[in-house]
Amino acid sequence: MRILPLLAVASVLAGAHAVLAAEEGQPLPPRQAWTFAGPFGKFDRGQLQRGFKVYREVCGACHGMKLVPFRALTEPGGPGFTEAQARTIAGEYRVTDGPNDRGEMFERPARLSDAIPSPDPNEQAARARFDGALPPDLSVIAKARGYEVGFPGFIFDAFKQYQEAGVDYVAAYLTGYENAPAGTTLAEGTFWSKYFPGHGTAMPPPFQAGQVEYTDGTPATPEQYARDISAFLMWAAEPHLEARKRIGLQVMVFLVIFAGLLYLTKKKIWSRANNHA
Amino acid sequence: MQHGEPTFQLKNRTLRWVERRLPIFGLIHSSFVAYPTPRNLNYWWTFGGILSFMLVVQIVTGIVLAMHFTPTVDGAFNSVEHIMRDVNYGWLLRYIHANGGSMFFLAAYIHMARGLYYGSHKEPRELLWILGVVIFLLMMATAFMGYVLPWGQMSFWAATVITNLFSAIPIFGNAITQWLWGGYAVDQPLLQRFYSLHYVLPFAIAFVVVLHVWALHVVGQNNPDGIDVKTDKDTVAFTPYASMKDSFALVCFLILTAWFVFYAPNYLGHPDNYIPANPLQTPPHIVPEWYFLPYYAILRAIPNKLLGVVVLFGSIAVLFIVPWLDTSKVRSARYRPLYRWFFWLLVVSVIGLGYLGSKPPEGIYVAAARILTIYYFAHFFVVLPLLGFIETPRPLPSSISEAVLKKKGGAPVTAGGVAAPEGRG
Amino acid sequence: MTVETTAEPSRRDFLYIATATVGAVGAAAAAWPLINQMNPDASVLALSSAEVDLKPIAVGQIVTVKWRGKPVFIFHRTKRDIDEARAVKLADLIDPQADEARVKKGKDEWLVLVGVCTHLGCIPLGHQGQYDGWFCPCHGSLYDTSGRVRRGPAPLNLEVPPYEFSSDTSVKIG
Repeated sequence: MRILPLLAVASVLAGAHAVLAAEEGQPLPPRQAWTFAGPFGKFDRGQLQRGFKVYREVCGACHGMKLVPFRALTEPGGPGFTEAQARTIAGEYRVTDGPNDRGEMFERPARLSDAIPSPDPNEQAARARFDGALPPDLSVIAKARGYEVGFPGFIFDAFKQYQEAGVDYVAAYLTGYENAPAGTTLAEGTFWSKYFPGHGTAMPPPFQAGQVEYTDGTPATPEQYARDISAFLMWAAEPHLEARKRIGLQVMVFLVIFAGLLYLTKKKIWSRANNHA
Repeated sequence: MQHGEPTFQLKNRTLRWVERRLPIFGLIHSSFVAYPTPRNLNYWWTFGGILSFMLVVQIVTGIVLAMHFTPTVDGAFNSVEHIMRDVNYGWLLRYIHANGGSMFFLAAYIHMARGLYYGSHKEPRELLWILGVVIFLLMMATAFMGYVLPWGQMSFWAATVITNLFSAIPIFGNAITQWLWGGYAVDQPLLQRFYSLHYVLPFAIAFVVVLHVWALHVVGQNNPDGIDVKTDKDTVAFTPYASMKDSFALVCFLILTAWFVFYAPNYLGHPDNYIPANPLQTPPHIVPEWYFLPYYAILRAIPNKLLGVVVLFGSIAVLFIVPWLDTSKVRSARYRPLYRWFFWLLVVSVIGLGYLGSKPPEGIYVAAARILTIYYFAHFFVVLPLLGFIETPRPLPSSISEAVLKKKGGAPVTAGGVAAPEGRG
Repeated sequence: MTVETTAEPSRRDFLYIATATVGAVGAAAAAWPLINQMNPDASVLALSSAEVDLKPIAVGQIVTVKWRGKPVFIFHRTKRDIDEARAVKLADLIDPQADEARVKKGKDEWLVLVGVCTHLGCIPLGHQGQYDGWFCPCHGSLYDTSGRVRRGPAPLNLEVPPYEFSSDTSVKIG
């Protein structure tokens, strides 16, 4: 029937793509189980707080998060710090303000309304510090990364609501450092990464076991750090994720009920047309 | 037009006062209440209403987003994040607008396919079809400019690629491109003029939609059997029959939209657009949004820059002359057994081209794109004209009501009516 | 586009009413975010308070800070300013209000006012005018050492914004 040509073309293309993914030599990051995935997903507050700790103690030395204000740490659906705690956290950072009445710029402790300050004042300063490499700002990194899922995977992903390609990649990247395979040469100042496109990344392996102390008993392993910071970065990129899914459920239920009512109404109305001339 | 319908009477005195001076209520009544609609329309006919609704959604969400967007190269990306994070329900408005655009195109493609399948482009609806192609062109321009506004990597580089196409025009190409840019590259002037045009074009679309609906109402709807309305047994009043069916279909469509908006809001987009635009670094693969992928594949299938641009515009321009390319006297593919195969072949080709548009232009992908591009043009320039002459259509029913009753397996329609089940509603 | 019409209103069918009601609820729910997005957003609300350190303000000095886009005068009053304000008979005032009601208990020397003239919105000038308070250059209104209007055309005293002493030496306005 008419569906046959469609299926024929589809199967040819499916085969073609699966071959190419392997050809490029770029392995796909493993899919992790995230608490925030799926239609009923929620962030794990403890995980977000641990992730934030990892950011402050490790990542923040090089990476900024200039789109995330300190007050966001207190908002519902996030790490769940109290206003007092967030104010204390903010107070540990210094931001540039001014000009004052003498026309000078000055530094002051950050407030809740300030964004998390970047470690470098601008892109050029960062590149100067890192020999030309620029540590990207992490505010939306979880949405700015992803990987290609071939056909028919991307069809199933639409049904599965797979939106975690970015965090899966970040988590894999952070622990995906290996020795360069025999015979490959790495550019000066780069490290061999299994998942980074092209394999040579300027960022050194960030984690060592026990580097960040976890006070809630969670094992302090690099894999755990990677998972926690990735979850935190997902929150940073999508602070309203929980509200979105919650409202989404309400909207879907409403629309399904409304569709049902409209269908019954339509049937009732059309029965008049079909019973008369 | 309104056989046997009571003449339109207003009960309210104030409304009668207005009506006498500006007969707007009568117009609404005759266009959307009493308007005779073929009774055999199927659900493929609901997409016009869906498109109208989506146009309103895009305009309304766009207007409120514009209250918070900053159209500067330094501020645009951050203002979108400000909308997502700080503006009350900003994340919802943004995701509705972005995914709404995709859903708008999905509905448009289905609507166009319905037209091609059932012969809605054929006499006397040629102008209706042409107005539709005009709307489609305006939609493409609007969507393209809208995608540039967030000023991500894809925004910037898609703008660069597409505006650079104009430099292929002989003699005037570079001048035209610089005129578009307002400078020597995609930069602040381009962003701001795209913002202005992106805001205004939807109103141009709305205007052409009014013409489109007007042209439709003058000749009346086509229907799945492709035969003309003959008596009022063939039609039902638009309200409540068609309007309730449209409403039901609309809500089903909104369920699909809500699926993307709430659960997979970035699925149809590209992660690279969450990277702020960098004029000094090109992303590894520049891809447009999914609804442009077939045309992108056609463009890249042609090895010559100017020829590629010509063929790209040609692939849309050919749509304007479809009413004359299709020589068949029979409208609906229901009665055109050969044409049906080629129609689905066109659909598969366009989907295939879309897939190829997402792939890098090398190796087997380019070869496949060339084959499918050849079929695309062959379909319009060879298949459509030829089929009218060589195809033997199946016998048409004598009237719409006969076709409706045939489906329910009953006697011809009489005044008493057949106690039939729900049937073709 | 969601046209809920009952073709025969005399039928009053439950189904039609239910559909129409659900539709109306949906329309209202859809309209709310469109309206609410114009309300002050989170970044504006975050700046809705201003913390001011009072330590650098000398006795007798008026300092102007910005709060919610408007100027706020913080006046470190001398004992003479306070006595002058308290000596005025309430009946003589255009907008009668005791000075005690315009300051915080135990902190009489600190006067916090929104620096916008209650006539037409100009910013009055401090330490000017015969009442030792403020003088508005636009139309000549005069305010005293408690910020109360003594000569019009301003009809009301300068507004005291909501504020709290977060410590002995700092106030949080708003």
